[in-house]
Amino acid sequence: MDLLKKVKNNNLKGRGGAGFPVHDKWSLVIKAKGREKYLIVNGAEGEPGVKKDEYIIKHYTEELLSGIKIILDYIKAKKCILFLNHNYIKYDEKIKKYIDSSYNIEIVYKEKNAGYIAGEESTMLNILEGKRSEPRIRPPFPTESGYKGSPTLIHNIETIYNIYLVSCSQYKKNRFYTINGEVKNPGVYNLPANYSIARILEETNNLPLFKFFVQHGGQASGEMLNSSQLEKKVSGSGAITIYSYKNNNDYELIKRLINFYFNSSCGKCTPCREGTYRLKEMLSKEKMDWKHFLELIDNLENSSFCALGSSLALPIKSYIKNINPKFKPEL
Amino acid sequence: MKKFYIKINNKKILCSERDSILNVARKNKIDIPSLCYHPDLPVKGNCGLCLVEIKGAKKLLRACSVKAKAGMEVKTNTAKVVKSRNLNLELLYAEHINKCSTCVNSIDCQLLKLARKYKINASNFPKRKTERKTYKFANAVEIDGSQCIDCRSCIDSCQLLSGIKHLELKGKGVKQEIVPKGQKDKLSGLAAKKKGFACIYCGQCALHCPVGAAQEQDQISEVETALKNKNEDELIVAQIAPSVRVSIGEEFGLKPGTLVTGKLVTALKKLGFDAVIDVNFGADTTTMVEAQELIDRIKNKKPLPLLTSCCPAWVRYLEYYQPELIKYLTSSRSPQMHTAGLIKTYFAKRNNISPDKIKVVSIMPCTAKKYEATRKELRFNNKDLIDFVLTTRETAFLIAKNKIKFNALKNSSMNNILSEHTGAAAIYGSSGGVMESAIRTALHILENKKLPKIDFKECRGMKGLKEASIKIKNRKLNIAIVNGLANFQKIVDHIQKYDYIEVMTCPGGCIGGGGQPIPTNSDIREARMKALYNIDSKKKLRKAHENTYALKALHYLESQKIDKQILHTTYSEKKK
Repeated sequence: MDLLKKVKNNNLKGRGGAGFPVHDKWSLVIKAKGREKYLIVNGAEGEPGVKKDEYIIKHYTEELLSGIKIILDYIKAKKCILFLNHNYIKYDEKIKKYIDSSYNIEIVYKEKNAGYIAGEESTMLNILEGKRSEPRIRPPFPTESGYKGSPTLIHNIETIYNIYLVSCSQYKKNRFYTINGEVKNPGVYNLPANYSIARILEETNNLPLFKFFVQHGGQASGEMLNSSQLEKKVSGSGAITIYSYKNNNDYELIKRLINFYFNSSCGKCTPCREGTYRLKEMLSKEKMDWKHFLELIDNLENSSFCALGSSLALPIKSYIKNINPKFKPEL
Repeated sequence: MKKFYIKINNKKILCSERDSILNVARKNKIDIPSLCYHPDLPVKGNCGLCLVEIKGAKKLLRACSVKAKAGMEVKTNTAKVVKSRNLNLELLYAEHINKCSTCVNSIDCQLLKLARKYKINASNFPKRKTERKTYKFANAVEIDGSQCIDCRSCIDSCQLLSGIKHLELKGKGVKQEIVPKGQKDKLSGLAAKKKGFACIYCGQCALHCPVGAAQEQDQISEVETALKNKNEDELIVAQIAPSVRVSIGEEFGLKPGTLVTGKLVTALKKLGFDAVIDVNFGADTTTMVEAQELIDRIKNKKPLPLLTSCCPAWVRYLEYYQPELIKYLTSSRSPQMHTAGLIKTYFAKRNNISPDKIKVVSIMPCTAKKYEATRKELRFNNKDLIDFVLTTRETAFLIAKNKIKFNALKNSSMNNILSEHTGAAAIYGSSGGVMESAIRTALHILENKKLPKIDFKECRGMKGLKEASIKIKNRKLNIAIVNGLANFQKIVDHIQKYDYIEVMTCPGGCIGGGGQPIPTNSDIREARMKALYNIDSKKKLRKAHENTYALKALHYLESQKIDKQILHTTYSEKKK
C-alpha cells in the first residue's frame, strides 16, 4: 500500500506537541510549488522534563534514519536537516554511522543557550538560516514556504520513528512517555497512546504513596492535575512529572515557571517580552497584586505572538484551579 | 481576483484574499490601532495592539497578519479585545520614557495619541528603560533607547528603504536594543568602522518611528536663542526647501499636499526671521550648472553616467560604501548650498551687509541636510555657509510652541532677490524632478532652440526605478531615476548603460524625506508630489534657464570670480 495511505489509515499525528495529522502535512508539502523541498527533523527537545527524543536517538538510531530516508524518497526532498539539542552531540558518531553519501542529511546542533523557543518550528527555521532566534509570521506556513523559502516538511523525532513503523507495518499506536520528578522509576517508557495518566503510573510502578500532584506535557507548559484527575491522557510531548505537596511550595513553583518563561522570551512581541518581565517584577514585590498578575497571564494566553507565550497560562491557571484552590487570594 | 464578503463588527464588507483585516478595516474607516505596522514596511506583528476576535479562533488574532477569508466574522471591540489591547498598550507605554514637552515628535507621536484615546493608566508599571543609551549619528539623527518600544520599524526602514544595514537588534527578551552595527564588539567606534557600516543620515528610521525614539538631532533651542539674541546690525534669514511648502500644513491638520508657502513665510516672519528666501531659486541655478556639466561630459567624452548630488545621504553613501563611483558625481553643489552661497555673497552685497552678519537657517525636509551643512568641502572662505538646519517637523514644532495659529495666518510673499523661481525648480522635491529639470535645460542648450516639449512624464511617479531613453540631436540620452536608495542595487552593476542617473535616498524624493511630517505613506507622498507638479504646471516659466534673476546672480558670481567656489564642490572617499 502507498505510504501516504498507510499514514492516513493509521491516523498518525505529529508528536511534537500540536498533534497535527501527518498525512495532511505531507499532502501540503507534496502539493506545494517549489522545485526544492526540505525535510527538517526537530529534536531540539527544549522543554524541561522531556527526554523521549533523546531516548529514540539513543536506542532507535537506525529506525530513525531509515524513517528519514523513506520520507526523503517519498516527498522527493533535496535534503534533510536533523536539528538536535546541543546535549545530543554525544550521539553524533552513532547517528553518522547510518548516514551515507546517497542521502543528503545534515546534523545541526542548537546552541547551548538557544533555549525553549528554538524548538518552535518557525524559530528553528530562522536559526537554520542564520537569522535571529524568534518566530515568523504565519502564513506562509513552512509546508508552503519554510527553509530558505522552499516547501518544508517538519516533524518531531518521534513522528519520524512512527512513520518508520507504519512503513513496515509495525506501528502499534504506542507512544513514548518521559516520567520524572519524585518517582521511584524515572525514565522513558513506550506504552499505548490511549493509556490514562493513572494507568501509566501504575504500569511503570510509579504511583506515589504520598500526597502528590502531576504536571503532564512538560515541566514548563504542561497542565497541573491533582491525584483525582488522572483519568486524562497525557498531552503534548508525553511527559509526566510527579510533585509531592510536602516538597513543593506554591510560591516557588509559580516563580520557577515565570522565570523560565521570562528567560525564554525572545523579545519579539509585547505580551510575552513585557508581560513576563512584569510578572517577574510583581513576584519580587512584598505584596502581590493577584488580579493584575492574572490579567497579564490571560493577556499572554490571548495575545502572544507564538505558542510559547500562550503556553504559560495553562500550568499557572491549572495549578491555581486544581492543586491549591486556596492559593488564589481575592480573585 | 476573487472578491467576497466578510463581516467586521456586523458590517458586510467586500474584499479580496490579498487584503489583511487591518487594511480592510482602515479602508472602511473602522479604527484598529497599531504601532508596529507601517504600510511602507513588511508586517511584523510585534506590538499586539491590532488584536481582533475572529469567530472560530480561540486566541485573539493580529489584524495586520490575518488575511481576509470569505465569510469571516471579525469583531474589533469585544471586552476580550479591549482588555488585551489596552494592557499591551500600557506595557508599551511603560517602555517609553516621556520627554513630550521638549520632544519634536510630540505633535506626531502615535503612542501619545493612543494613550490619550484609550485613557491608559501610566502609573501601573514603573518605567523600565531609564538606563538606555542614546546613539548619535553625526549631527543628523539619533536613536534614544529610553524611548524605544521595540517595534523595529527603524531597522526595516534602514535596510529595506535605504538599503543600508546600519541598524541591528542586539540582545534577547527585555534586554533587546536597537544599536548601530559594530557596537556588538566592545571597541565600539573602531569596530563599527572596521566592520564597514555607517549611517547615511537619511532619517528614514526617524520618519518611520511611531514614538520619536529615532529622531532628528534638533536645533530648536539654538535657533530660538539666535532669534532672541539677534543684534540690530544682524540679519537672520530662513531658506525654505522646495518640498516643505506642500507638507508642513499636515502638522497643523491640513490635508497632505496643501500648498502653504504664504502662511509659512508669515509664520517664519512672526518667529523673527528678517527674510525668507526660496531654495527654489538655488534649484534653478543647480539645474543650469548640472545641465551644463552633462553637456560638457557628453561633448568632451568625459566619464558618464553623470550622477546627481542633491541628496546628501546619497553622496554620503557613495563616499563611504562605493567610493569608486565618486568620479561620476556632478561637481554641482545642491540647491541648499547654492542658495546659502548666494545669500552670503550676492544677497549680502545687494543688501549692503557683511556676510558675517547674516545667519542662515535652512528649513528642510531632510535630516541629512544637517550633515551637508557642516561638510568641510562646502565651506566658503573657511566658514560654514549655513548656521542651522531645521526639519519640517522641527519647524512645525517651533511654530506651534510659539502659539502661532498657522491655519489662520495670512499669506505673505518672500519678495526679495532670491525668491523667484521657475516650474523646474518646484519639482526638485519629487523623485525625478531634478532629472526632468536638467533635461529641459540641457535639451534647450543642445537643440539650440525653443523646445516644444516640457513635460517628461517618464521621469515622474512612484516606481522604485524609472528608466527612459530620450532623443536628442544625434543620439539618445539614456536615463535612470532611482527612487529610494535600496533600488540603486538594481542598477549598480550596469550603470555604464546610462548617461545620467538621479538618485534620491528617500521614497518619493524629498517629499518623502526623513524630516517630513509623520505619518507617511504612499497616498500622502503622492498628494505632496502632485502639489509640486501643480506649481510647475501653473508657472509661466518652466525651464531653469528662463529664470533671469538666477542668471543675473550667476553673472554676479562670475564677475567676482567666485562662481567655482560657490557652485561647485569635491568629494572624497570616507574612511571605513
